[in-house]
Amino acid sequence: MHIPQAMRIGGALAIALALGACAAPKPPQPLYAWGDYQSQLVKYYKSEGDLGTQAQQLEQQLQKNAAAHLACPPGLHGHLALLYAKLGNDQASRDHLEAERQLFPESAAYVDFLLKKSAAAASAAPAASAAT
Amino acid sequence: MRLMRRLALLVPVLALGACATQPKAYDYAAFKQAKPATLLVLPPVNESPDVTATGSVLAQATMPLAEAGYYVLPVTLVDETLRQNGVSNPVDAQAIAPAKLREVFGADAVLYMTVKSYGSSYKVVSSETAVALTAKLVDIRSGQLLWEGAARASSAENNGNNQGGLVGMLVKAVVNQIVNSSTDASVRYADIADKRLLSAGQKNGLLYGPRSPNYGKDPIVQ
Repeated sequence: MHIPQAMRIGGALAIALALGACAAPKPPQPLYAWGDYQSQLVKYYKSEGDLGTQAQQLEQQLQKNAAAHLACPPGLHGHLALLYAKLGNDQASRDHLEAERQLFPESAAYVDFLLKKSAAAASAAPAASAAT
Repeated sequence: MRLMRRLALLVPVLALGACATQPKAYDYAAFKQAKPATLLVLPPVNESPDVTATGSVLAQATMPLAEAGYYVLPVTLVDETLRQNGVSNPVDAQAIAPAKLREVFGADAVLYMTVKSYGSSYKVVSSETAVALTAKLVDIRSGQLLWEGAARASSAENNGNNQGGLVGMLVKAVVNQIVNSSTDASVRYADIADKRLLSAGQKNGLLYGPRSPNYGKDPIVQ
């Protein structure tokens, strides 16, 4: 039995189309370069390692991402702001809050709330290190 | 020849049938109307005996939500703000009125999570490490429920990853890590459970958010 080539191609095409119809709309590509960020958050909650080292490692990741033009995940700058506040580095904390707001305008209301609190705390007690 | 033609017809029908079996379509009307962009994830309520469950489930919730196209407020920072305002446990945090949360955090929707089970159970023949989660997404302005779901991940699955799409891609990375790593297994299964629960593009799952190229094109919603 000999099958005309056109029919064979037609059949294959129909199958491919049918399969394609229920496949995902796009091959998934991550939107952000997560690197170590998520495992650092896990460590933070387990109180593993010290905060200074964690801040350093996340800063390195930021630099790597920037050099490779990769998108910084939401919350990374926010987490760094928290680490620096806990370490008593208020300026770095504010800088990272502003970086979070610049990358993700969705955070503006919350970041402004934190910056206002930080400014109030700084004027009330200059030595206080509470950015949150 | 005629048989071939019939077969050629039959195959596409089968292929379509394979993905057309949807048990009960989720009602996304409220979700689609609310169009949330910014999510506030509150610390998960922990119903397991393991005190580390809340932290590791919360720490790993951002990735699937962000990859689904949402902005997720920094979870550790949010947690700290709650603590500094005297809210140090998840039950109290989840009892705060949405309007009050909106004032401080400016989010569009709040994600309320519960850890139903977390960790290892030892049986006579084998042991299992499993994490089971539930979640509800609520509109922060109206208090209306937008979506709810549940997911589980377990070491008893046979590497358990036959899912495609975004969740498949995200989970596969974790499964590979489990095989090659000796770190806390519960943390890894919490990671998988988070990704199964909170990735977009799944049947009855969350819709894609505004930062995703698939926003508004959810294939699962008719």
